[in-house]
Amino acid sequence: MTFPWLTVLGLVPLVGGLLLLLPMREASKWLGMGFALLTLGLGAGIAGMYSAGVDLAVQVPWVRSFGASWALGLDGMGLAMVLLTVILTPVVLLVEWKSSGIVGQWTSQAFFALVLILEGLSLFVFTADDVLLFYLFFEATLIPMYFLIVGYGGPRRGYAALKFLLFSLAGGLVMLASVIGLYVVSASAGRPSYLLSDLAALNIGGEAGHWLMLGFLIAFIIKAPMVPLHTWLPDAAEQSTPGSATMLVGVLDKIGTFGMIKFCLVIFPEASRWAAPVMVILALISIIYGALGAIGSRNLMRLVAYTSISHFGFMVLGIYSFTTQSMSGSIFYMLNHGFSTAALFLAVGYLISRRGSADINAFGGVQKLAPVASGVLLLAALSALSLPGMSTFVSEIMVVTGTFGRAPWATAVATVGMVLAAVYALRLYRKPMTGPVTDDAAQHFTGRDLNEVERLVMVPVIGAILLLGFYPQPAVKLVEPTAQAAMQRVQLVDPAPVVEGEQ
Amino acid sequence: MTMMLPLEITAPTIEFRQLAPILILFGAACAGVLVDALMLGRSRRWRGEVQIGLVVGGVLAALAYTVANLRLGPVGAVAMGSIMLDGPTAVMWVLLLVFGLLAVMVFKEERLAGVPVFASSAATVPGSREEAEADRFRLEQTEVFPLALFSLTGMLVFVSANDLLTLFVGLEVFSLPLYLMCGMARKRRLLSQEAALKYFLLGAFSSGFFLFGIAMLYGFSGSFDLGTIAAAVTAPAYGRGLLYAGLALVAVGLLFKIGIVPFANWIPDVYMGAPTPLTGFMAICTKMAAVGATLRVFYVALGAERWTWQPVFAVLAIITMIAGTVAALTQRDVKRLLAYSSIAHAGFIFTAVTGASQDVGAGQPTSVSAILFYLAAYGFATVGAFAIVTLVRNPASEENDLDGWAGLAAKRPWVAGLMSLFLLSFAGIPPTAGLMGKWAVFAAAWRGGYWWLVVIAVLTSLVAAYIYLKVIVIMFARPPAPNTYVGEASLWTWIPIVVGAVATLVLGIAPDLLLGPASLLGTFLR
Repeated sequence: MTFPWLTVLGLVPLVGGLLLLLPMREASKWLGMGFALLTLGLGAGIAGMYSAGVDLAVQVPWVRSFGASWALGLDGMGLAMVLLTVILTPVVLLVEWKSSGIVGQWTSQAFFALVLILEGLSLFVFTADDVLLFYLFFEATLIPMYFLIVGYGGPRRGYAALKFLLFSLAGGLVMLASVIGLYVVSASAGRPSYLLSDLAALNIGGEAGHWLMLGFLIAFIIKAPMVPLHTWLPDAAEQSTPGSATMLVGVLDKIGTFGMIKFCLVIFPEASRWAAPVMVILALISIIYGALGAIGSRNLMRLVAYTSISHFGFMVLGIYSFTTQSMSGSIFYMLNHGFSTAALFLAVGYLISRRGSADINAFGGVQKLAPVASGVLLLAALSALSLPGMSTFVSEIMVVTGTFGRAPWATAVATVGMVLAAVYALRLYRKPMTGPVTDDAAQHFTGRDLNEVERLVMVPVIGAILLLGFYPQPAVKLVEPTAQAAMQRVQLVDPAPVVEGEQ
Repeated sequence: MTMMLPLEITAPTIEFRQLAPILILFGAACAGVLVDALMLGRSRRWRGEVQIGLVVGGVLAALAYTVANLRLGPVGAVAMGSIMLDGPTAVMWVLLLVFGLLAVMVFKEERLAGVPVFASSAATVPGSREEAEADRFRLEQTEVFPLALFSLTGMLVFVSANDLLTLFVGLEVFSLPLYLMCGMARKRRLLSQEAALKYFLLGAFSSGFFLFGIAMLYGFSGSFDLGTIAAAVTAPAYGRGLLYAGLALVAVGLLFKIGIVPFANWIPDVYMGAPTPLTGFMAICTKMAAVGATLRVFYVALGAERWTWQPVFAVLAIITMIAGTVAALTQRDVKRLLAYSSIAHAGFIFTAVTGASQDVGAGQPTSVSAILFYLAAYGFATVGAFAIVTLVRNPASEENDLDGWAGLAAKRPWVAGLMSLFLLSFAGIPPTAGLMGKWAVFAAAWRGGYWWLVVIAVLTSLVAAYIYLKVIVIMFARPPAPNTYVGEASLWTWIPIVVGAVATLVLGIAPDLLLGPASLLGTFLR
């Protein structure tokens, strides 16, 4: 048996986080950062091994009575998510280096601990090849995230955190019913097993398949989140710190779309085809509704949360359009959206921390006082509207063109969402940044542009956006096999392009 | 049948070694009674230490015998067929002894308030001169320890009884000491005595039903023996009228002890009025013993009749889950909240009882092993949670009002964290044993064909989760309450808390440690 790299990858931040829960002196933050960087290094190493074709899969029996195994594995999508997680975590820690520890017993050491625990659990979620294992970590991520909101958030954090937790738990419990159902199906077929490959081989279809798939799908719809089960996200994001919001929307919410591809499509191909029309319509509603919500938001954090709902709509649209291109686009979008939304939350966070208010009307003319902050926000906003050159453009165009082959009308609706994206992105920049300098802005922003640390933080994030925007090929190549495998699973082929003049 | 001369007495054969756990506990309890009688004068102040020594020693010895006897394998009926020693009995005994010990340890806590939790002299009238004197001169009685041991002895008998009369004797032996102990709180004595009276009256009433049901079943089958009743059910000599009546009445008695709605009305008042350590003992051990006996009676004696009782049990499970969670939603008192939550958990357990999934593949959880695991998971969380309830205090007494728990995390983050762990286990959130327990019982129910019951149970779990999370929110997100503090407890309180926390985590990560043996030993003999 080879060295269990994937187990170590998840364990390192987990152990680091638990270690940081012990009482410690000032060095704790450096220690936490050390663990985050070590994980980053491990992640990079694993990416190298993956591209070199090393088999990283681990599989040992775990709960024999349930047929569950400690099974970890990677595919292109999993690796993309792992990389996103390991890159964003040190960024989040750096962002919150100073700003946490304001409220009572919630020290910045505890914040670091929670973020690291969250990172470790998320890494296991993205690498789990066993349904029960996935479920376990899926639910476990809720606990540190809950405390990140409740310990460090705004004045209504208790409400927001509970709402987040209850929505997620509702999804999780519905999924638990399906997870148990899978056990019964697999045990009735002979030997109980939760391994993804074994479950896929059962080809569960028919009525039972539909119901079981729905349990998973509802959990993922809440997680992603999609309209109409999205209402927890704006509240949770509004009450979070920018760092926690980045972890929540940038990393955790990806589990939703990730799960749709890895579990719904693979275990229930027939049921997924059955659900596709509804999912496409829900995705379109999310795209438009999220964009309108962003346009109507006064609170900057809420605004960013709504843009994410719109973007998740694009991802789901790409998945359930069932073309190789749209699905690759979706997976690529998951990666890009992580960085893009991180950039937005962080840039907005800089503004809020200086002004002491998240109201979009509380600013004005900041561009003249803090040019760097304003430039960062502009780049982030442009990334949110998927400007060519930004990585989000590549993925969005893949989704939209891929969808066109299957359902042109859906593309038409989605395009409206792209136009609305321009409206909210430009509003996000115009209101606080342009116009005459207001007294309030002058008071809070004069001589307080981004400092070195804050600039340093933005380098990897914006760098990733631009790099993936100008040179998307390696990333697209990475995720394409996952999309192809999923397409094969649902037994659909890409619609042949109809060329005018032939026939 | 051999011919017997009148007046000839055949000596019963008693398998002393196999029955040693019961006998040791009983002996230790009797010795405990003598302690109060004999240790007078100067040695009086060592009573408590001697008593807890008897409890720890007795329970550990019983535990050692139970585990050592496992090597004999399932023995079958002993003591002239009145006690059945099979796999479930062994697991039940181990669980009862472990949780009994952990729960009784908390009885010994004296550091928190400077005096024991139990009344100095339970026989004195509340507010009387005698009571004041007993308190002032610290004339403390320690009968609570032998009473707990008697109760535990009764529980061992109850879960292993192979005929209905022994079952009834077990029921009374474990219930009577509980009635007494309920009324022995040092603080709020009238409330405590009211709880005791309520418990006693309702308990006596349900025992009456139970006894009546036994008579009916005897009338139907001509025997008290569970195996003979089972044979009569498959090939009845008379009509089934007596069987149905007996089944229903016996069920009333058993379900009352578990706390299944509509027979659970006593639980909130009794749990709230009783001294908190005792509430912990009742919440775990009583429930465990009653569930064990129910499983035996309904699977062994009435298993062939399951088409009759399964639909009824399914309905009762639903009512219990919903009533328990909905009533818990509005509670402001921690003990009352945990009381209603214990009702809800009884409902969750009952989904698997209803499912009655038995013939599954080797090593896969059956209804019995799933329920045994659930009880252990619930037990570890309960023992810890009630121990923590005793820690949270205001200057006058225990702080049971949830408002007083506000901001506990700011004062003692670790205590709040441990309580959260137990609450998460109740709610069924990983990495706790509670999730694995839920998984196991729901899977057993589903395999028994009751998938719709699982769906309802899962939806109820969400409401239940809200209840526990609300407490976590109160502890972590609210500003600290001014008058509440976390008392400095001795090891007698901390050992159960720590054991509960460790076991909750370990069983949450590696449930096979318990589920494996429980599956191996999960078959009833008849």
